[in-house]
Amino acid sequence: MPLLIRRATRYLVAHIDGLLLGAALLLMTTGVIVLYSASNANVTRVSAQIINVLIALGVMWFVAKIPPHYLMRLSLPAYVLGLLLLIGVALFGEMVNGARRWLDIGVTRIQPAELMKIAMPLMLAWYFNRYEAALKFKNYVVAVALLVIPVGLIARQPDLGTAVLIFAGGCYVLFLAGLSWRIIASVTVAGLASLPVVWAALHDYQRQRILTLLDPAQDPLGAGYHTIQSTIAVGSGGLLGKGWMNGTQAHLDFIPERTTDFIFAVYSEEFGLFGTVVLLFLFLLVIARGIVITANAPTLFTRLLAGAITLTFFTYAFVNMGMVSGIVPVVGVPLPLISYGGTSLVTICLGFGILMSIETHKKLVQT
Amino acid sequence: MSELTINPGVEIRNSQLEIHHFRLRLAIVAGFVLTMFSLLFVRFFYLQVIQYEHYHTLAEANRISIVPIVPNRGIISDRNGVILAHNYSAYTLEITPARVDDLEALINELAAIVDIAPKDRRRFKKLLDESKNFSSLPIRTRLSEEEIARFAANRYRFPSVDIKARLFRQYPQGELFSHVVGHIGRINQRDLDQLEADDMLANYRGTDYIGKTGLEQSYERHLHGTTGVEEVEVDSGGRVVRSLSRTPPVSGSNLVLKLDARLQDIVYRAFGDRRGALVAIEPETGGVLAFVSKPGFDPNLFVDGIDPQNWNELNNSPDRPMVNRALAGTYPPGSTFKPYMALAALTYGKRTPQQAISDPGYFMFGNHQFRDDKVGGHGMVDMYKSIVVSCDTYYYMLANDLGIDAISRFLPLFGFGARTGIDLASESAGILPSQQWKMKRFKQKWYAGETISVGIGQGYNAYTPLQLATAIATLANDGVMFRPHIADYVQDIRTSERTPIEPKPLRTLGLKPDHIEFVKQALVGVNKEGTGRRAFAGAEYVSAGKTGTAQVIALKQGEKYAENRVQERHRDHALFIAYAPADKPKIALAVVVENSGFGARAAAPIARQVLDYYLLGKVPASAVKDDDATPD
Repeated sequence: MPLLIRRATRYLVAHIDGLLLGAALLLMTTGVIVLYSASNANVTRVSAQIINVLIALGVMWFVAKIPPHYLMRLSLPAYVLGLLLLIGVALFGEMVNGARRWLDIGVTRIQPAELMKIAMPLMLAWYFNRYEAALKFKNYVVAVALLVIPVGLIARQPDLGTAVLIFAGGCYVLFLAGLSWRIIASVTVAGLASLPVVWAALHDYQRQRILTLLDPAQDPLGAGYHTIQSTIAVGSGGLLGKGWMNGTQAHLDFIPERTTDFIFAVYSEEFGLFGTVVLLFLFLLVIARGIVITANAPTLFTRLLAGAITLTFFTYAFVNMGMVSGIVPVVGVPLPLISYGGTSLVTICLGFGILMSIETHKKLVQT
Repeated sequence: MSELTINPGVEIRNSQLEIHHFRLRLAIVAGFVLTMFSLLFVRFFYLQVIQYEHYHTLAEANRISIVPIVPNRGIISDRNGVILAHNYSAYTLEITPARVDDLEALINELAAIVDIAPKDRRRFKKLLDESKNFSSLPIRTRLSEEEIARFAANRYRFPSVDIKARLFRQYPQGELFSHVVGHIGRINQRDLDQLEADDMLANYRGTDYIGKTGLEQSYERHLHGTTGVEEVEVDSGGRVVRSLSRTPPVSGSNLVLKLDARLQDIVYRAFGDRRGALVAIEPETGGVLAFVSKPGFDPNLFVDGIDPQNWNELNNSPDRPMVNRALAGTYPPGSTFKPYMALAALTYGKRTPQQAISDPGYFMFGNHQFRDDKVGGHGMVDMYKSIVVSCDTYYYMLANDLGIDAISRFLPLFGFGARTGIDLASESAGILPSQQWKMKRFKQKWYAGETISVGIGQGYNAYTPLQLATAIATLANDGVMFRPHIADYVQDIRTSERTPIEPKPLRTLGLKPDHIEFVKQALVGVNKEGTGRRAFAGAEYVSAGKTGTAQVIALKQGEKYAENRVQERHRDHALFIAYAPADKPKIALAVVVENSGFGARAAAPIARQVLDYYLLGKVPASAVKDDDATPD
């Protein structure tokens, strides 16, 4: 019997990275605790999130067992499917709250942009891996096209947050794949130089929107309201916070979307700078572990995939916390592993599963 | 693939070089990650440590809302407890204009649910123009239960309209006390500026009304009370979540007057349709017993803001009902001035009571003839007779002998030409002519001839009925002067503690008692055997009085005044001053009846009715009849 248990345990933990799992569990637990406060002790919602966590962990465990070369085979089909679904959304998508993001596939509604979050790094990593021996300028141009088309479709839905995240993920892949410094420099310079031209071509209302994005105080009751109230929440938290369940900004409904995109404002108000530093540390732990896995990954495909997943996770966290504290314009990006909602949780844990798979299968590749 | 087998060393080196390049780039990205997280940390440190106080304050301000609780305004009642101003609670329909795009359309929609008269629309428009600082303005007041129910059912359609329960001020006596009690009105920008200057603004948070005229204005501080405060926690929608602390308001003090509402009513009726004013004062306290200016107006019209139509009617009426004649109307005192002239002459030794003149019916000054009312004159006239028969010639000569300087030095003792300081605002000072006054007013020097008409209370002389009443009350009180006051005391409604108004005399005139006694005897003579005898025939008490007639237009030299030939508005004003009982005066009064001729005929009978009621409780026949007419 003990043998059986030992075997079963080994089977269960065989492809699990303990450090990554530990940090993720701590973050998810924190998320559930904050959600309890942010939702005004809404047990239904907290239970739903716990179920989301369990599903996400299941997905992570399952994905971690899949060897990377199987994933590689899925890259192209997943990307093509994602792209087709995005085109489908653009043509037949359902309008919800003024945005066309959902596609009704008969059984259920799906959000193809979520699929793209994983399919895009897979595709780019696969593409660069395929031409690894002799990467030419042409390959980078193709990679940029592969990146920009879906991102453009997502941005048009409009879903700026997801578009930014996927675009950032693609850029990391391009950079890690060795895009030459000359090209990086010239694109940067060209981009900066074209800014005044673009600005001049914009309509007044578009300029106003951009200005509000940069300076929320210009529109305190409209677009700037979120940032102003979340900044007050963060600032009034002080060093040690107001205490769990005691955030006035949160509990008196001053923070909009406080269980999802702005949950960090609730956390920061109730746990103060101390809690914030703890959270920053946990996020850094996850990222550091991801970077180590990336650095040790055996193939270009796994390296690029692991780097893209890790850095997309970083982008999530940075954009969300920056947005809540008012240094990044408000785009709809949830705080990874903390915000309420199953989709982003599953997507991120799927990414962690890939990381674990890459880490735990590398010896098999080497031997 | 073939190369791989031929030269594996190159492949491995390439691969190692690649990994090296990759790790370099990964290190750069890791540095970027660290930099960005450091940036976040700096931002959080800035917000949560350096700017903590600022955001803490903002969060508290978000959370806590201070709700003022408006105190009940004090009640004003007469000396017998008759209510002159009180509050009642009613529902109003209020619009918040700042939240409305098309007011006209909104009001039209509302009109389908509750009655909105054109009058209400006009008043709303006026309020809107006057007070842009206010959050909500009433479109309708005093909603019926049915209207409230109807609006409540349709409430969702009108997010910018609310029903509010408010305390309203009401003046149950209507126009009877319009010039005394005054009225409150909505606070306007000027009131706000004044409150701010007086550092009172905080106490008026939530208060919409303030005393605008009369006692409501002068006792505002006492009547308003102290605003209470409730600290509540609100959510982002402004809804109250819970109460944190509550300081209850302190109701305004009640104001109890010296005035006698019944006496005021008797006076009002006695005037009939005539215009004029009467002020009655209790000589030994200076308390005002009756204070009438006719015509008056209904002060209730002003409480919610008067609508423009009523306003124009009041403002443009030739009878000028908005003018407080008793307080701000100035009239030449006519012959009611003579007793004081006589006192001046006695005091300065220019006359003795016994000195007599022979009155030919006129007084010549240079080649100008000053005529007496009585053609042919009064014969031999001493001081007593000069007052009793009201001999002009005697006072032409007396004034000439005294000179303007002595006159303008003596008369201020009785308060002529200076505000009495009564507890009402906007009092007029009147005009006591003097050399300096004329120089200042007309940039001309004084002519000796002008002194002569001053002697009989004409010329530049102009005083308010209040000043005339104060002077006769002072004389009746043997030269002990009080500042006239309408309020008796302010009563704190919690402790019932009374704070009396003006309990001490203002000053005692240093006049010789036998001079005062002599003039008072002459005034008794007026009502016994002189110009007031007809009006006071058969009185059951001994009274003192003096008639007067004030010219409205100057007569040409040699022209005789003929009442029936003169336009109504140019006819003389009738005046009468009196007090009674003569030995121990309980009431002194001055009455002016505009454009109604001789004082003896128009003014003295009103004085008689007032004294009869006040001293004997006699209600005039006309008043009784009116009372019977009203079903009770």
